[in-house]
Amino acid sequence: MSGARRTTYDARGLAEPHAEVPKVSDIDGAAASFDATELTTRQINLELRWLLYELRILDVTVRNPGAKHSIGVGILQRCRIRYEGSLGYFGLGLIDGPEITVTGRVGWSVCENMMSGVVVIEKNAGSLTGAAMRGGDLVVHGSVGARTGIDQKGGTIIVGGDAGTMTAFMMQRGRQIILGDVGPGLGDSMYDGQIYVAGSVKSLGIDCVEGEWTDADTELIERKFRIYGLGTPPAFQKFVCGKMLYNYDNLEPSEKKLVI
Amino acid sequence: MCGIAGIIHRDGSSDVGSEMTRMLQAMKHRGPDSSGYALFGEPSELVVIRFKLADANDPRDFDFKERLERHRQEVESRLHKIGASVDRVERETEYAYRATVRYDGDMKALADYLEDVPGCEVLSLGHSLEIVKDLGDAQEVSDLYRLGGFSGTHAIGHVRMATESDVDISGAHPYWAYPFSDVAVVHNGQLTNYFQWKRRLESSGHRFQSECDSEIIAVYLAEKMADGDSLEDAMHRSLDELDGVFTYMAVTQDALGVAKDEMAAKPLVLYESDGIVAMASEEIAIRAVLNREIETTDPYEGQVLVWTR
Repeated sequence: MSGARRTTYDARGLAEPHAEVPKVSDIDGAAASFDATELTTRQINLELRWLLYELRILDVTVRNPGAKHSIGVGILQRCRIRYEGSLGYFGLGLIDGPEITVTGRVGWSVCENMMSGVVVIEKNAGSLTGAAMRGGDLVVHGSVGARTGIDQKGGTIIVGGDAGTMTAFMMQRGRQIILGDVGPGLGDSMYDGQIYVAGSVKSLGIDCVEGEWTDADTELIERKFRIYGLGTPPAFQKFVCGKMLYNYDNLEPSEKKLVI
Repeated sequence: MCGIAGIIHRDGSSDVGSEMTRMLQAMKHRGPDSSGYALFGEPSELVVIRFKLADANDPRDFDFKERLERHRQEVESRLHKIGASVDRVERETEYAYRATVRYDGDMKALADYLEDVPGCEVLSLGHSLEIVKDLGDAQEVSDLYRLGGFSGTHAIGHVRMATESDVDISGAHPYWAYPFSDVAVVHNGQLTNYFQWKRRLESSGHRFQSECDSEIIAVYLAEKMADGDSLEDAMHRSLDELDGVFTYMAVTQDALGVAKDEMAAKPLVLYESDGIVAMASEEIAIRAVLNREIETTDPYEGQVLVWTR
């Protein structure tokens, strides 16, 4: 690693307080690629923004991201980005519009607060996948950790493998399609949304109940499988909110006292 | 926050000192207060004792050095008195020491007798375990204790962001499982029934050198193993008996294990191959020793995994 690119730390141990755009990309017409091996998180993000926003190159390949954290956050642009390798924690958060492929795995909290676009992860993802996601499709071909889609407010999360504990915890809207098994507490305290599980469910969380299957469910599943080349859909169970928790009681606390 | 890391070589020894330094340094941002290592070298007939006679941030009064020297001599004298044949006592830093002795007596009696010397804390005791911990980041601690080149089969390490106890060596991880030789633990999380377990274990005669909840886990596991449990059994039992959120790693002379609580609230990324198993709070720590594209997984809630060398 050259001296100029070594990671520096501020007083709190946080990396790279003052980085410049490295401008190391190979640009070939409307496409660009760069090797992130020697770059810090901040340099990678600066390079991406320089390509997307200043040069208007909307097809970018990032090689060897090296599981670094917070890569590719806040991209508010319709574009294509391919990460050849793995991302660390908090990758691809707050994005709105891009189509992204990650050939490796991702750490915790990928696509947190994603607004729209498509993200395809070819291997596993950590916990909190798609946390507070609002729109778009997030496809993980491998397995995911705990609390997938916690506080999910929209969009679709598709998991090719298994999912851990408290999947869809406090889910508020949107859909989850899980092809493998799911850990305990599925859909705990969910407000709304649909969860489809092909494998076994260790246990349901509070106020999560089995839902009635409709033609719209079949249409949704078949369409998503077709779009992402997932083959023939297996049989799924559908889970929804039972709407029995206190938050569905429309009386205010003061009104409850009057009733009682 | 804190960061934990572990590595075990199943096909022979390696420079686990340097490997663990690289892993911990990659997670410096998770805990800049202190860094610690539990390193397992080749088992020896000698007992290795790592101890300190003061803390890194103790005030240096006028007779600090003379007092430490008096206490070091007292430790050596007590080693002789208790029947240990002293091979050597080396000063590692101003206040930390490494002794090798021949001793086949009661380890608890040995540890208690040494810790009766003012300021003395036995950091580790065993035939292959050596715990090194101090303030600062991993590179600083490694440089201070010359850990580069430490040859061994497995190791665990910790970078600490102090939250519930002081920033000092006693509060740093790993924790040796007093008074059991060759058992140590690193932990990321909080135990909510810490005081209950501390009282129970103290009433069984165990001592605790810190106010840190993590110290409980080491002694808890070692006591279960002393009662006949395997490491894996003891770790499974801990999932039921220890409350809170935690991911911890435990090491013995020939095994390394990891356990995650039922909420899976603390991260762990795992890489496993025929020759090496490496795990850490963040994948970048694993990549610090395996600098290539690797397939990693996250263990699930309530999972216990143990590997032997």
